[in-house]
Amino acid sequence: MSALLEVKNIYLSFGGIMAVAGVSFKVNKGEIFSIIGPNGAGKTSVLNVVTGIYKPKRGKILFEDTDITNLPVKKRAKLGLVRTFQNLELFKGMTVLDNLMLSRHIFMNYGLISSIFYFGKALKEEVKNREFVEDVIDFLDLSAVRKKYVFELSYGIQKRVELARALCLQPKLLMLDEPMAGMNTEETEDMARYIIDINEEMGITIILIEHDMNVVMDLSHRVVALDFGEKICEGKPEEVANDERVLSAYLGEEKWV
Amino acid sequence: MNYVNCGNFKTSYAKDAAIYKTVFSKISIYSFLILMLLVPFYANSYILYILNMIFISSIAAVGLNILTGFTGLISLGHGAFIGVGAFATGYLALNYGMNFYFVIPLAALITAIIGIIFGLPSLRLKDLYLSIATLAAQFILEFIFIRAESFTGGVNGMPVAYPTIFGIEINNDFRFYFFAYSFAIVMITIGKNILRTKIGRAFISVRDNYIAAEAMGVDIFKYKLLSFGISSFYAGVAGSLWAYYVQFITPEHFTITVSIQYLSMIIIGGLGSVLGSIFGTIFMVILPEMLRHLVDLLSGVAPFLKQIFPAIREAFYGIVIILFLLFEPEGLARRWNLIKAYWKLWPFSY
Repeated sequence: MSALLEVKNIYLSFGGIMAVAGVSFKVNKGEIFSIIGPNGAGKTSVLNVVTGIYKPKRGKILFEDTDITNLPVKKRAKLGLVRTFQNLELFKGMTVLDNLMLSRHIFMNYGLISSIFYFGKALKEEVKNREFVEDVIDFLDLSAVRKKYVFELSYGIQKRVELARALCLQPKLLMLDEPMAGMNTEETEDMARYIIDINEEMGITIILIEHDMNVVMDLSHRVVALDFGEKICEGKPEEVANDERVLSAYLGEEKWV
Repeated sequence: MNYVNCGNFKTSYAKDAAIYKTVFSKISIYSFLILMLLVPFYANSYILYILNMIFISSIAAVGLNILTGFTGLISLGHGAFIGVGAFATGYLALNYGMNFYFVIPLAALITAIIGIIFGLPSLRLKDLYLSIATLAAQFILEFIFIRAESFTGGVNGMPVAYPTIFGIEINNDFRFYFFAYSFAIVMITIGKNILRTKIGRAFISVRDNYIAAEAMGVDIFKYKLLSFGISSFYAGVAGSLWAYYVQFITPEHFTITVSIQYLSMIIIGGLGSVLGSIFGTIFMVILPEMLRHLVDLLSGVAPFLKQIFPAIREAFYGIVIILFLLFEPEGLARRWNLIKAYWKLWPFSY
């Protein structure tokens, strides 16, 4: 399998704290790749470096064999690097539909003039992209809340809207930052099914950050474990689950027993 | 809050994106617009003056709402931008003798460019810091209005000739009514169109969550500047119309008070709502007039009111704004939606 994303030896520090210290991994095309680790291990920081919100101090990020380390955030969406956020980062003052239409922003090619008259090209592009958005709405069962403002919706649905918004960008690599956080069992199961569907039916590669170990072990093809900004283990889920360093990172060491 | 009648199903996405969702609302808005055309034949020049002021101010208010309400960039310099439009009009009309259909777009473009220049700090600044930067714009421009005498006539101001269209001079309230009315309709329709397309959504995304907006591929800086440009363009059109209407412009017309008045218009009307900006304008233009009539009425009982009227007026403004912030922070637009919803659900509102 060819590598879609390659993270090469990245370092990131905030003041005196090393958030990420020499992490490297490869994500292959078509797999679900999980990043796990205790709180503060640097999982989200790694994701922020990949999306470009933080610039790494050292190291390289390759996406489809091109160096994107210094590419601005706004250009990465166009490449197909799309993420969701740990704490919902939706546009609360817009309807669900507008949130999704916004993520079609980069696919709409019309300027101010045709926007002023809302005629011809603007109208055609709006309708064309609306069709795409409606497919995603169908896929994620959001049709009932389509015209609702995001702030009116419950947390679980907001999480789903965020996933929908990411899908509307037609990602090649979808990065999900704790998509199940704060959800009940039923919602977690639904979300897990959506993630599998996205991966298998749409063929989208996924990076998953999640604390729910059952989910991680069930869904992922490969797992990398971080602790204090360093990679401690990488491999198949069952390998990682039984790795000594991973166990000690989560549970502490058996010193006094 | 968006209740739609039962059985109102759309068969195409284009229809779903229309401004007027039902035939009824379409008919009522068009008939209202046509009825407004009949008003000047029955109204006296005082009423026409108020309506003209509403048309002109609502253009500027929609512009400010695009910047502050939709893009979330607070501007304290809108009054000065209106001034740029007015002085540009005066300068172009006086020195080049151009007709209004060149002058108004040109003046608006000049204002847009100046607005974009003063919007440049928005790359690094936001919220309160940006509003202080726009306050600086207000003072810098005011200073230029007073000192750049060769352009603006300085403190003496400058006269502006009546606009003419097809040989007809627009020299009274009656004729100006149609002039300003058509501009208001065109500008507000344009605003509404911009806001329901990709550009409008990008504006709101910058306001609501700029980090996510950037991750979605929205060029934040470009849209902030575009918002400044469009907003100032509106200010320019309003300033230009205003110059043609009052015939004589001096720097005193474009002080910080004007900027704050426009801000209160959109706050009272409803931030992030085109309809709200119009409501806010109507409210703010009519309020002092109503107050004046009230004082006139009461002057028989309490003649001292007449002397302290100017003081009361300012205080009353303040009180109204405070009351609105307390009891209707989302403005008149929300109230309007509530009333509409009430009648839609009446008499069984459950």
